[in-house]
Amino acid sequence: MVETHLKRTPLYECHVEANARIVPFAGFEMPVQYTGVLEEHRAVRTAVGLFDVSHMGEIEVTGRRALDFVQYVTCNDASKLTLGRAQYSGLMTPRGTFVDDLLVHKMADERYFLVVNAANKDKDYAYLCAQAAGFDGVEVTDRSDEYAQIAVQGPKALATLQKLTATGLAEIKYYRFVEGAVDGAPAIIARTGYTGEDGFEVYVAPADAPRLWRALLATGRESGIVPAGLGARDTLRFEACMPLYGNDIDDTTTPFEAGLGWIVKLDKGGFLGREALVRQQGDGVRRSLVGFEMTGRGIARHGYPILAGGRAVGQVTSGTHAPTLGRALGMGYVPVENAAAGSPFEVEIREQRIAARVVEMPFYRRAR
Amino acid sequence: MAQPNDRMYSRTHEWVLLAGGEATVGITQYAQEQLGDVVFVELPAPGKKVEKGAALGNIESVKAVSEVFAPVSGEVTATNGDLESRPELVNQEPYGGGWLVRLSVAPGAADGLMDAAAYEKFLAEEGAH
Repeated sequence: MVETHLKRTPLYECHVEANARIVPFAGFEMPVQYTGVLEEHRAVRTAVGLFDVSHMGEIEVTGRRALDFVQYVTCNDASKLTLGRAQYSGLMTPRGTFVDDLLVHKMADERYFLVVNAANKDKDYAYLCAQAAGFDGVEVTDRSDEYAQIAVQGPKALATLQKLTATGLAEIKYYRFVEGAVDGAPAIIARTGYTGEDGFEVYVAPADAPRLWRALLATGRESGIVPAGLGARDTLRFEACMPLYGNDIDDTTTPFEAGLGWIVKLDKGGFLGREALVRQQGDGVRRSLVGFEMTGRGIARHGYPILAGGRAVGQVTSGTHAPTLGRALGMGYVPVENAAAGSPFEVEIREQRIAARVVEMPFYRRAR
Repeated sequence: MAQPNDRMYSRTHEWVLLAGGEATVGITQYAQEQLGDVVFVELPAPGKKVEKGAALGNIESVKAVSEVFAPVSGEVTATNGDLESRPELVNQEPYGGGWLVRLSVAPGAADGLMDAAAYEKFLAEEGAH
C-alpha cells in the first residue's frame, strides 16, 4: 500500500485528536480539513487560524561563498537581504523556468535558510547539491527533519502569538524574522505567510511542536482560533493570487509569464536562466497568467481548457469558488492578446463552454 | 447517524424517496460529509431521461468535483432551484431541503436498492461507520 511510504509531521497526533480528515499530500499524511474548508477559511480572514506546514522543506546554504551560490541559483537579488530579512524568489532552471518557488532567509553572513515546497524538496536538494559542486566553499544541507513549521495567520495572529513570546512581534515587519523563543521553545519567528492575511510562520524543533500547537489553540481560544487544513490554505492563497507550484507555475513557466517579474533582478549579475530571461524580456512574453471570473454558471478547475474565438488558447491553472468573494474565480495562462482586464473567453467545463472574463489580480487584498 | 427509514439507498450514496410515480433523489449524510462544503450543484434539465447508474449531475465542493449517479431510471420532472443560491443545503439538510431532482419513474423502480438498515450495514462494511 502506498500509505506505508507516507511521512507524518510531528503534529500528526494533534490532527487525529482533532478529528481532521487526513489525506496524502507531497509524501505526507496531512490534514485537509478539520471542521470544514469554508469555516476555516473564514476564521483566517476574520480572526486567526493555525496551520501545520511542517511538510515544507528547509535547506541551509552555508559557507564562504553562500551568497554567491544563492545569487547563482535564484532569480531575486539575495545581496539585498540584510540579517533578519526574508525574500520571495525562484529557484531557476537554465531555461529561466521554475525548479521551485521559495523563501530565502538571511540568518548570518554565510548562512541562508531556504524554505521550499514539500513536493519539490528532494528535487530541489539534489539540484542545489549538483549546482554546488561547481562552487568551492559552499555547503548545502537538508534540514527538513529538524524543523516543524506552524503558520499562525489572520488579523488576530499577532495578538495570539504575542501571548506566548517575549519577542515584540509588532517590531517584526513584513518579510522579516527574528530568532527567539515561543512558549519556551527556541524558534524562528517570521512575518510571512500564504494566506493574504497578516501572520507569522514559526519554525521550531519537532519535539517542541505538539506542545506549541496546543498552547496556541488554548491561548487563541478567546480570539476564535481554529486549526486550518490544506483545503483552506489553498482557497486562501488562491484569493490572494499567490502562485501554487505545480498548478500556476512549474518548470515550463517563467517568472515573467507568471506575473512575477518583480522577483527577477537581471542586473544583479549572472545566474541560472538569466540569458533566457533577458531574451524573453527583449522579445516580450507570448502568454501571461491572468485572473478571471466566471460570468456563466460553472467552476473552472486546474487543467480545464481556455478557449478564445472558438479555439483552445490556454489552460486553467487554479480555480474554485472563492469563499470570501462568493464568486467562481480562476487563474490561467492565455496569449497576451487575450490578457487585458475585461477580455472575454470561455472555459470548457465537462464539454460545455462557459463564459469568463479577465479580472485584476489579486482577487482579495486585506485592508491595512 | 441513523438514516431515515422512509426511503431507499444506493451503493453510490444517493437516496430515493418514492411517492406515487415520483421519486425524489438526494445524496446521503455520509456522502455530503465526504464531499465537504458544497458550493455548486449542476443538475439535468426537466424532461431529461436518465438511466439507473448513469451520471445524474455534478456536485462541487471548494476542493473538487464529484459525480452524482441516478439511483433509479426515470424522467426528470423538477430540480431543486434553491440549490442555485444555497448549495450548502446539500450539507445542511441532505435528507430534506438539500434534495436534488424529482423523477417520474416506473413501478418497481427502486427494487434492488437498500433500505435504511441495509445501507447502515453497507456503510459499516465499507469502514465508514
